[in-house]
Parts: sequence; structure tokens; C-alpha cells
Amino acid sequence: MKQNSISERLVNGLIKENPTFVLMLGMCPTLAVTTSAVNGLGMGLTTMVVLALSNMFISLLRTIIPDKVRIPAFIVIIASFVTVVELLLKAYIPFLYDALGLYIPLIVVNCIILGRAEAYASKNGVLSSLFDGIGMGLGFTAALTIIGAVRELLGAGEIFGFGIMPESYVPCSIFVLAPGAFFVLAALTAIQNKIKIAGEKKGKDMSKIQSGCNSDCMNCGESGCNRRFFDESANEEIKEETKENKTEGTIDDLEIIEITDDDADEEVVEGKEEKNND
Amino acid sequence: MSDLMKVSSNPHIRSKVTTSNIMLAVVIALLPAAGFGIYNFGLGALVLILVTVASTVLTEYIYEKAMHKKITIGDYSAVVTGLLLALNLPPAAPWWIGVIGGIFAILVVKMLFGGLGQNFMNPALGARCFLLISYTSIMCNFDCDAYTGATPLASLKTGGSVNILDMVIGKTGGTIGETSMIAIVIGACLLILLGVIDLRIPGSYIVTFVVFISLFGDHGFDPAFISAHLAGGGLMLGAFFMATDYVTRPVTKNGQYLYGVILGLLTGIFRIFGPSAEGVSYAIILGNLLVPLIEKVTMPKIFGKGGEKA
Repeated sequence: MKQNSISERLVNGLIKENPTFVLMLGMCPTLAVTTSAVNGLGMGLTTMVVLALSNMFISLLRTIIPDKVRIPAFIVIIASFVTVVELLLKAYIPFLYDALGLYIPLIVVNCIILGRAEAYASKNGVLSSLFDGIGMGLGFTAALTIIGAVRELLGAGEIFGFGIMPESYVPCSIFVLAPGAFFVLAALTAIQNKIKIAGEKKGKDMSKIQSGCNSDCMNCGESGCNRRFFDESANEEIKEETKENKTEGTIDDLEIIEITDDDADEEVVEGKEEKNND
Repeated sequence: MSDLMKVSSNPHIRSKVTTSNIMLAVVIALLPAAGFGIYNFGLGALVLILVTVASTVLTEYIYEKAMHKKITIGDYSAVVTGLLLALNLPPAAPWWIGVIGGIFAILVVKMLFGGLGQNFMNPALGARCFLLISYTSIMCNFDCDAYTGATPLASLKTGGSVNILDMVIGKTGGTIGETSMIAIVIGACLLILLGVIDLRIPGSYIVTFVVFISLFGDHGFDPAFISAHLAGGGLMLGAFFMATDYVTRPVTKNGQYLYGVILGLLTGIFRIFGPSAEGVSYAIILGNLLVPLIEKVTMPKIFGKGGEKA
């Protein structure tokens, strides 16, 4: 699949970099609202709408937004869409609005949305940003619905409100309470890793499902990575500071480390492109 | 060549005490309480105990078999977990409660964290709290053939009167193993005589609890009220058998006193100010979580360090 094409973006969001099971982003709504499959689906779709629209607008405005105030600008755009979606939900789907409650306004600070804005939409074209948002949103929706379904099945004996379990089943109500969210999320992530490791042992190409840092900063949603924010101006400032404080030798060492790091990145990216061409 | 001439790496002096010895001693010490529970509540209690123990042992065996690990059911630790869990279940609970509790105790609380010695929480108590949250109505239903109505602690909570002699002997409602103070103390004395446990944790736990109850219990230092609180509920079972669990208690001497004090305070707070009548299991679980911190602050100084401040 071609990099940044529509289908590649959708698969990337759904499987390869699934925001919940692989990137471990947006844990707060994931754990809090997935008490039933309907709630998970509703939260996922709501987030998807905001994510797609904000990605599109941020991509449109990416040349206008000054780099130094980009985070506040992103937040303003995201918050506007969240307000729109919140009012629409309140007017047309009131039961979902009541069920999700506080977690709708909290979409503003959902790290998936800000992460995609920062990592992808602010650097890529409008169409691919829109589909990146839809792909990530679908991945989030799928994950939340699965978690919600498992919790509802064990905790209430139902899925989407339909009774699945036999009459004699006594619901294990811990699964619709807070601890159940952690149990189910951990178990599902473990199953995903198990499948991945078993596939790798058999020699299958598991690069479509991955976890952790793949040194692919372009598509990386991880905000904690220091490499991401290492732009040139900051680099120079650090060098000047070290010049004042430390001896020449250390600076040389620093530079050597940086060069090798960059080389490693390039190699990985090149290797990937070769694979893609095949 | 005589044994004296053998060259080997250390340790050169080995104790005869093994994990399975200690666990077996704990099982034997729990038998009086279990026996009295069966006498008190009938054969249903025996079935529940057997099912729960079978469930913990089988879970450990199947997990280790499936993960290609060394089979460790021979050290009796799973038996102890199952027995403790069963003694913490109400006698009228259906058999599958024991099965689910046993699987949760071994699989989630013990094995997923690395097996015996690695678990951060007492498996039996973790499973009891899991069941208590999941199946509240079953776990709080102490009505059975022998007894109906509130447990002694529940009637104390609502201001009713209790028969202390019955409570000490154990002829009251409650979970299978907690009712008889005498049976538990017999088992605890055995463990203390064998040197498996000492009085540091149970002693500081019970003393702190008595002080707390006298200060905040609204009855002053009333011996009847205090002894009712000591004999009722899971305090004795918890203090002697679960708070002293080797894996989840602090290893430092001062830490063990501090741990007992914390457990006593938490139990008192839960019983007096909490909405439910009993709080021993939650108190011990919370204490388990604090153990790493307790050990950090009570780590003894190395000889020769400290002294004059630099």
C-alpha cells in the first residue's frame, strides 16, 4: 500500500496503530465509558467525527498557524467541533448524551485528537489527514465497542441490550464497575500481543500490527518521545548552553550520537519503503 | 571421601525449613477452624471447601502446564489459598462461587504477577473482594440452615445485643471459618509454637484495633463491646492467618509493627465509620498495597552508617 493513501490511512488507524490497543492513547474515556457496547460505540463515533473534522481543518490551516502557538490553535479548533457535536448529541440522541455525560466535553483534551493533529495533520495534506482521522476514529470505535461488549456480556449478560447468556447466568457485576475496565483492557491487549508474537515465530510478516516506537516519527502519535520535538532552533539553543557550561569534548560526543541516531532512522525508513514497493 | 571434604559453592549451611513445610503447617493450623465450620454449618460447608481447594490447585496446575513452567502445586501454597478463601465464604454460597474465586485468586492475583512470592496482594483476600464486589447479594447472605438473621457484627452495627459466649465458641452466623474464635486461636498457637508466625503483626493489629474501638466506638472502654468486636467477623482469622502471609507482609521488624498498626486503624475506621459491618479484608488488601512503602521507610541502617551527620 502506498504511504499516505486513503486505504493505507484507514488500515493504519484500525489495526497497525490502533489508538487503544497499540498506542495506548485516550485511556480515560476508554476505561470510563465502556460500561456497555452502546456507550463504547457512541463514544467512539463521537470522537471519530471530531477527529476527522479537526484533522481536516488543522491540515487546511497548517501553513497559517504559527509554530509557537500551534497547540492553543489546535485546541481552539478541536474545542469548537466538540461543542458542535455536544449540542447535536443533546438535541438528537439525548440518551447517549446522558450516558456519556462529562466525557463529551473532555474529548477536547483527548490525546488521540491532539496527537494526530500534532503528529500528522499539521504536516500532511487535507485528504490524507481527513482519512487519517477517520481511520484512527474507526480504530478507537472498534476498540471501545469490543471492550464495552465484553464488559456488558460478563457484567450484565447482554450485548447491545440483547440477552445472550442463559437465564441461569448470574451477572458478575465487577465488570461494569471501574476494575472491570482494567481487567478487560489488559486481557484484550495481552491477547493481541499473543497473536502477534505467535505470528512472528511462524515467520509471518507482522509489521501490520506493531507496538512501541518504530522510529517512524512521521506517523508517530507518541507525545512523550523527545525526538519528536527536537526541531532545529531548540537544537541550537541546547548547543549554545552546553558550550557555555561544558568543555568542547562533550559537544563533539553529543554530535556524534545525534548523527548515528539520524542514520539509524533513515535506514529503517528506507527498509520500509523497499518492502512497500514489493 | 567424607562430606566434610566436599567443595561446593555457598550456601553451606541449609535450613530444613522449606516452603512446603511451612504451608503444610498453615494447612494443619487452619483445620480446627475448618472443622468447626463444617460442624457448625453442615456438609454444605465441606463441599464448598473441597470445591474451592480443588479449583485453586487445578488452576495452578493447568496454568503451569499450559505455560510450560515448573509445576509448583506440591508446595501446598495453592491449598492454603483455597482453604483460606473457602473459610471466607458464606456457607450458603453456591459451589461455582468457590470455583470463580479460586480461579481469580490463582490466575489473576498470583500467577499473572509471577507465581508464589511475586504476588503483591494476598490471593485469597483479593479473590474474596472480587467476589464481594461482583456478587454482593450472595456474599452478604449469611442465612443458612443453622442460622438466620444478621451476623453478630451487623447487629452490633445497628445497636442490637449479642451473646459473647456464643461468639467465642463460634455458634453464630458468618463465613465458614471466621465464627469460632477458639478454633482460630488454637491454630494460631500451633503456628506460633512452630515458629511459622510471630506475634508482631497480630499483636500490633489487635492492640491498635482495641485502642481505636475504645476511642471512637461510642461505648468507651466497655469490655463487652470490645470483646464482641474482637470475636466477631474476620478479625482473628485475618490477623493470624492473612496479615501474616509471608509474601505480602513487610520483611523489616519495625515495618511489621507499623503494618499491624495500619491494619488496626483501617479495620477500626471501616467497622465504625464505614457503611458495612465488616472491613478486615479491605483493610488487609490496602495494607498489602502499602507494604513496599512501609519497607522503604523502615529499612534498617547498615552497621557503621549514619551516626554523625555530615
